[in-house]
Amino acid sequence: MYDITIIGAGVVGCAIARELARYNLKICLIEKNEDVGAEVTKANSGIVHGGYAEKPGSVKAKFSSKGNSMYKQLNAELNFGFAQTGSFVIGFDEKDALKINELFVYGQKNGVPNLQIVDGDFVRDKEPNLNKDINVALYCPTAGITSPYEFAIALAENAIQNGVELKLNSKVTTIQKSHDHFIITTNHGYSTLTTKIVINSAGLYTDEIAKMVGLDEFTIKPRQGQYLLFDKDQGDLINSVIFQVPTAISKGILVTKTYHGNLLIGPDATPAPEKDYLDTSSKNISEIIEAAKKSFPNFDLQKVISAFAGNRAAATTEDFIIEESKVSGFINVAGIESPGLTAAPAIATYVSEIVATIKQIKLSPKTNFNPYRKAYHAIASMQQQALNNLIKQDAKYGCVVCRCETVSEGEICDALHRNIPINSLDAIKRRTRAGMGRCQGGFCTPKIMEIIHNELQIPKEEITKKGGKSLFAFGRTK
Amino acid sequence: MKSYDIVVIGGGPAGMAAALAAHKNQVKNILIIERDLELGGILNQCIHNGFGLHHFKKELTGPEYSNLVTLELQKTNIEIMTDSMVLKLDHDNDNKTVYAINGKLGLMKIKAKAIILAMGCRERTRGAIRIHGARPAGVYTAGTAQRLINIDGYMPGKKVVILGSGDIGLIMARRMTLEGAKVEAVLEIMPYSNGLTRNIVQCLNDFSIPLMLSHTVTKIHGKERVEGVSITKVDMNLCPIKTTEQFIPCDTVLLSVGLIPENEISRACGIMIDRKTAGPIVGELRQTSKEGIFSCGNVLHVHDLVDFVSEEGYLAGFGAAQYIHNNLNPDFTHTTIPGDGINTVVPQKINAKNITDNIKLFMRVKKVYTNCAINAYIGDKLIAHKKENKFLPAEMVSLTIKKEDLFNNTNAEILIKIEQI
Repeated sequence: MYDITIIGAGVVGCAIARELARYNLKICLIEKNEDVGAEVTKANSGIVHGGYAEKPGSVKAKFSSKGNSMYKQLNAELNFGFAQTGSFVIGFDEKDALKINELFVYGQKNGVPNLQIVDGDFVRDKEPNLNKDINVALYCPTAGITSPYEFAIALAENAIQNGVELKLNSKVTTIQKSHDHFIITTNHGYSTLTTKIVINSAGLYTDEIAKMVGLDEFTIKPRQGQYLLFDKDQGDLINSVIFQVPTAISKGILVTKTYHGNLLIGPDATPAPEKDYLDTSSKNISEIIEAAKKSFPNFDLQKVISAFAGNRAAATTEDFIIEESKVSGFINVAGIESPGLTAAPAIATYVSEIVATIKQIKLSPKTNFNPYRKAYHAIASMQQQALNNLIKQDAKYGCVVCRCETVSEGEICDALHRNIPINSLDAIKRRTRAGMGRCQGGFCTPKIMEIIHNELQIPKEEITKKGGKSLFAFGRTK
Repeated sequence: MKSYDIVVIGGGPAGMAAALAAHKNQVKNILIIERDLELGGILNQCIHNGFGLHHFKKELTGPEYSNLVTLELQKTNIEIMTDSMVLKLDHDNDNKTVYAINGKLGLMKIKAKAIILAMGCRERTRGAIRIHGARPAGVYTAGTAQRLINIDGYMPGKKVVILGSGDIGLIMARRMTLEGAKVEAVLEIMPYSNGLTRNIVQCLNDFSIPLMLSHTVTKIHGKERVEGVSITKVDMNLCPIKTTEQFIPCDTVLLSVGLIPENEISRACGIMIDRKTAGPIVGELRQTSKEGIFSCGNVLHVHDLVDFVSEEGYLAGFGAAQYIHNNLNPDFTHTTIPGDGINTVVPQKINAKNITDNIKLFMRVKKVYTNCAINAYIGDKLIAHKKENKFLPAEMVSLTIKKEDLFNNTNAEILIKIEQI
């Protein structure tokens, strides 16, 4: 029997798993997809928010600035990539100035450090390529950018290092409460597991999981946001995160450099017809382009790499739900929409506090907890001496597979042999950036298929883009 | 640090021709750096015929063409480093450095007196032309599909819609049909094809594959693998006409929607790029804005035929040799200006003193023109004229200018335009 089973290996589930891995507990992390962080976590803005946008007193407000303050240390331990670039909420007129003042007050109440209201010249000094008509802005130096899926991957890898069991491709089908424990079945070989505590961090599907134990206090209404990603020469034109004043449902169209240096614009906010509906549309993207031009007028549309959509797991209660439910031992971590990525580390700490109050569990810290997770040897950013030492040890680091992002065979092999058993091209892409660049895998897809085939002995006909039936090849040629 | 007279970046047809020309012109110390395991570039996956009619005066397949040039190279002392990627160039006038990496030697700095850029091009992607909808597996650029079939021996799909009538798309329509796939249609957003006429005839008409002009894909369907596409007619402004939308079930979408010269390392070292060609701005011997750096082939501008790529490679190799021998006159005497109806012209600059013979200008028109002429003027004087029944954007046009016409006219601008006859 497991002490704790966490359902859903998005960034929240992974953060909880890694936090609870500090204690002597038998933990299982279940994920229906073929990789961790492959749903909500992989398609969002990648912003570590300051924490001024949330209404004081809300659950969101409680966790966002605290989550932000934990990132630096976590990145030092887990090497997933975080840069404290600062953010601006820009304003043009009196109405914007009022809203910016309101955010400043929120920020003060939420404990956001070093917030400042600044004038247009201050903004232009830091961001010379923005709209010349900006009059006022809220400057938040503690905001930053991260790579959300790499964060989830790093958390999961470190959790596994510390004893957590990860079950991929396992969709929970039933949960049965049996006096002091739960019996969970999944579609993976119809296997059953028993656990004392269930943590429901199933993102878009938390409502469905909660229903399995008879809870119906909330419903997830997926809200879609679309994005447009540009090449790095466009990312070079922006240094920080640029928001417009927020609307009722969104933090406003943002323009940002991503952690890896691309330009990202978006998201809008529209109700998604289904939880897994991730289509982009020309209408929405055109609107995003027009809105983004108000912040940053001169990006080059010829440098677009990709459009994508992500669904946020917004709950009907319009706030985070983080509590032990009426069903004892069943903890909901639901409605984790923006700023969920920012809040995730703080949510994880709080969940461990909830777990500590549950009587079937005793939290005793592990003496051998290892907080460190090895970074990838990203040859694109290595110095000559260090790179040549590495290539001497392993020649694969000298073989460039992805030319757009300068990713070597060594990095891809590293990804394939770490403790999360992956075999899809998207999983490799999220770890190494191979296929993430301007040719979108045009040159490297056949090469990566070859590497997967050689390293894992998987026939090429069975290699997928993202698990399931997302196959690349339909058999041999004549 | 290793040091060479000329380092050629890219061992496809352009780079190989450039190295051979430099060698013929008494440059001793030449290195070709190729990222793939063997020379030949994209020719190796082009197993169809139709190559070499101009250059070798016979019809060859891509690998045969590549093989003939490789054989010529093997008779020389030109050094070849395969499986090696160039990451960066440093240009400090006399001091040029190429940073290359491979598994055997690691990251190395190589000194060069002259550099020839011959990195070729990449295919425009789905993201770049913003086809919306879902993001399943089964959306390939035509060249990637070609590689999967011809080099790796795997079928990328069975029921195919091809967007774009570029030559690779047309070739792949035939290739996939021969391998047993069903090609439902080739869609082209323009009212004319972007491929060579002979490819329309031999690859589509001969196999009864419909070419739907003024049509585009508006949406891709399918969560895991492609399940179909929505297509519509487009109006004169290329906007989809919603009422004409129809759904075509398919498992594969191939894109043949344009090629982009791969000039990331050229840009990073400060070489001036022509926004229209997306290649460096060059002179008559394909010298770029950085002294001693030359450019040729598809990295300079996208060609229709490999024969012309080779021809341009020879020109760049000759130019680099002149530079090594201190025979290249710097600066320029003339500039070429694309006028009415002309989209691109290469070269963009000319130094008349470097021309031994006449000079050929290469250009593309903006749209289809019938019963027109392409004329080149210096001031009011017509210096070159070419008349055709039809000028197509898909077919590069060359125009020869006589050397004496450049010397006899001090005006520095050569205007090239389409004119009705």
